[in-house]
Amino acid sequence: MISVRGLWKVFGPKADKVPGSPELSALSRRELMDQAGCTAAVRDVSFDVSPGEVFVVMGLSGSGKSTLVRCLTRLIEPTAGAVVFEGEDIRDADAKHLRDLRRRKFSMVFQHFGLLPHRRVLDNVSYGLEIRGMGKAERTKRAMEVVELVGLAGYENSYPDQLSGGMQQRVGLARALAGDPDVLLFDEPFSALDPLIRRDMQNEVIRLHHEVGKTMVFITHDLSEALKLGDRILIMRDGKMVQCGTGDELVGAPADDYVREFVSEVPRADVLTLKWIMRPATPEDHLDGPELGPDVVVREATRAVLAADKPVKVVKDGQLLGIVGDEEILAVIAGGDR
Amino acid sequence: MAAVADAPAKTGALSLRAVPRKVVIAAILVAWLVLFAVLRGKQTMTLAAADLTGLHRWFNDLNDSIGADRNSNPLFLYFFNEIRLVIDNLVTFVQNLISQPSGGRPVPTIGWLGVVGIVGYVSWAFGNWRVALLAVAGFTFFGLQGLWQESMDTLALTLSAVFVSLLIGIPLGIWAGLSDRFNKVMTPFLDFMQTMPTFVYLAPLTLFFLIGPASAVIATLVYAAPPAIRITAHGIRSVPATTVEAADSLGATRRQTLVKVLLPMSKRTVVMGINQTIMAALAMVTIAALIAAPGLGKTVMVALTSLDVGTAFNAGLAIVVMAIVLDRVTTAASGRAEAARRSGNRFAKWRKPLLVAGGVAALVTAYLSHTYVWAAEFPGEGTTGSNIAKAADSVTTWAQDNLSGVTNTVRDSVTNGLLNPFQTLLTDSPWWLVAAVLVSVGAVVGGWRAGVTAVVCVGLLIGTGVWSDAMTTLASTIVATLLVMLAGVLVGVWMGRSPMADRFIRPGLDAAQVMPPFVYLVPFLALFGATRFTAIVAAFVYAAPVTMKIIADGIRAVPETTVEAATAAGSSTWQIVTKVQLPMARSALTLATNQGLIYVLSMVVVGGLVGAGALGYDVVAGFSQGELYGKGLAAGLAIVLLGVMFDRITQAAARRTRA
Repeated sequence: MISVRGLWKVFGPKADKVPGSPELSALSRRELMDQAGCTAAVRDVSFDVSPGEVFVVMGLSGSGKSTLVRCLTRLIEPTAGAVVFEGEDIRDADAKHLRDLRRRKFSMVFQHFGLLPHRRVLDNVSYGLEIRGMGKAERTKRAMEVVELVGLAGYENSYPDQLSGGMQQRVGLARALAGDPDVLLFDEPFSALDPLIRRDMQNEVIRLHHEVGKTMVFITHDLSEALKLGDRILIMRDGKMVQCGTGDELVGAPADDYVREFVSEVPRADVLTLKWIMRPATPEDHLDGPELGPDVVVREATRAVLAADKPVKVVKDGQLLGIVGDEEILAVIAGGDR
Repeated sequence: MAAVADAPAKTGALSLRAVPRKVVIAAILVAWLVLFAVLRGKQTMTLAAADLTGLHRWFNDLNDSIGADRNSNPLFLYFFNEIRLVIDNLVTFVQNLISQPSGGRPVPTIGWLGVVGIVGYVSWAFGNWRVALLAVAGFTFFGLQGLWQESMDTLALTLSAVFVSLLIGIPLGIWAGLSDRFNKVMTPFLDFMQTMPTFVYLAPLTLFFLIGPASAVIATLVYAAPPAIRITAHGIRSVPATTVEAADSLGATRRQTLVKVLLPMSKRTVVMGINQTIMAALAMVTIAALIAAPGLGKTVMVALTSLDVGTAFNAGLAIVVMAIVLDRVTTAASGRAEAARRSGNRFAKWRKPLLVAGGVAALVTAYLSHTYVWAAEFPGEGTTGSNIAKAADSVTTWAQDNLSGVTNTVRDSVTNGLLNPFQTLLTDSPWWLVAAVLVSVGAVVGGWRAGVTAVVCVGLLIGTGVWSDAMTTLASTIVATLLVMLAGVLVGVWMGRSPMADRFIRPGLDAAQVMPPFVYLVPFLALFGATRFTAIVAAFVYAAPVTMKIIADGIRAVPETTVEAATAAGSSTWQIVTKVQLPMARSALTLATNQGLIYVLSMVVVGGLVGAGALGYDVVAGFSQGELYGKGLAAGLAIVLLGVMFDRITQAAARRTRA
């Protein structure tokens, strides 16, 4: 769906020279600042997002994730690389075509909502339709549908500052959905919300994803949010990709100490699957225990493994991959194996 | 000699690291006093009132030659004269409408009833019914005062100037809001235009546009457009970046972003800018009486110069009332959208028919006032006005008879104890000594850049040939600023520490800032007579509000936790104020000094009208006496130079304290 290739964003006076120069692009952030006066917010990032996928980009503040998502629709102009969407590089699009992409194909939800305080909820939601020239009756009807979809029915005539933060972000979500885009971009949409409301909104996104099935690129600094929502997760640090994979891959096989440190607080039993903890069968093992698939989450397998008096076989397509016994399960539950 | 003059400057440079600034400045002042004692009265560069220098004569010749070429030089024929013609037509049109006899009739097109009706309707439509009542009452009061025509002349000039200011200012403001580059180019010009005392715009403009309403409107325009530009740009700039980004992300064009996002979101701010523009315009229109602008300002000025306190008070009161009405109505207009939205839609469906009905009623009053004499000319003889004047006169007489002991003591003690010694020190020292002191103090306080500015300004000041008068003005300005800062710190700290005090004092300060500076002179003229001290007191009253507000805000901005920590450590109130709050608010203090100096300077020069003499008097005399025109222009230039020098030095000091 979206294919990002070798994307760079460098801020500074000699920004253009950095990606092409092997010496400059090898420098650390600090050295680059000292030598060229430039900041590389995104350095050589490549990834693919499949249709219908929820793709999460995660990193701490300053890791370049917000810049990255803005580069996708050129709200920030990338310095080098390609963003291929529907077979064409978005970087080649002229102003008119780019505007058209933004109007019909992409839409974005912002951390601080970016609502228009002088317009009612309904007019905020229909704003995107209005600027692409849709008639008033039609856009009001469509906006009403979306307002109901995000659970704001009854508030359509309120002004944004009369709503709570969570409800304002629902307006932001509705505005993004109103244009029926192919891709939804979320820039830390829930970071400014209270934890409880944040959980509600995460569930709302999951529900909407089920209902409308859009492709989503989701930026967050919160690992549990990333694991909850993401089909795949890209971890960034200082503008560079550190690791890209599913949640259990990150927890089970962290690419480096940075990721390891990052995932250390995760409740592993909820994320890891049996394939990450199974051990090869040895001749001493009894192989007549119950069978489970390799993608079963540890938490769900716990009861079955502990109840059985023999090790559980991990089987995929009739093939024995390994076995899991009480010891392996308890190691994960007790959190010893780090 | 030169070596002596250099000495303090060198110490200044060294001090930046080693010696505290206070010590250096004290050393400079002591050196000055010692040298003054030795050299008093030598090389003072005094110039008698009727004496002229080569520069002044050259300005006179320039004026004469421009006067001679006015209708032959293409620059005038096709540029300045055209501008004057357009503005003149606009002013005449508005005047015919409301103030001057027009179209062969003895009365203007719309008489008093129509004006009152329209003003009430407009105030109600854009504001609310309360300000509409205020406006109707205020305008009726002008009639009762016997000042209807003068008030309408002032209103006509103000409206014309505001109209042109907004026509130019809002588009420029939008541009400056959108383009960083244009904003950067624009800012120094706006700073400069707003730093200048209102007074000094007048002289150079008369050179190009002659004396009269057109020049008055153009001078007003130059003074009143900057707030419109600045505040519009500020409004556009303060729209949150995420909102603009969100519009971009939805594929809005630049035009759509401007029309649907930026302009609606900055509307409230822009209306506030219009308020500022109107108030600035009113202030300037009254002062433009000096270049023969008709209206209330002229009445005040004529009365002031003949020391007729009663008449001046009556007309001054009309200016105050007009200022209050215009301010309240535009403030209500800026709050209107908000209020309407909050109040729910209860009255919304009635609003439209009511607006139409009100509009019809206003048109009916206008028609009546066009047709019938009773509605065209304000009835009565303006007896209220003469009663007010009489009352003011009797209060003045009473004050002079009974309070003269007190007022004279205050006046004489400040004059003899502070002003005279200081003025003597400045005017009787050799010019090169004062120049060296100014430059070195500037460099120590504001850094080397400010020092360079001071060198340039002082050099040009010497060139203007009115050095001695400039020093007299400088003495008054510094004395008044010291008083202003003293009061500013006292009241500002009080307001900053006590929300209660703030709530009570602030509205008074806001109201005081709305008044055109002109009217301050009237009551103090009554109390203190035509002296330098009157100008100083008027300047004090004019500059104190802004100073107090800045200091109060600075004190308020000191983080509560810091104060709490100091309290927890057992500090007394005095210790908290002197060791925590004032030091932490010192950038507010320098900013307050900056504003205080600029405000004081502009008022001290206006004080030239009431016996303060010096530069202000030179300028006024230049307008009335042809042979002094050049000297007046030079004096105006000297005022500008003083203003620029104060502004640069204190700005630099403010930047330093912030760092």
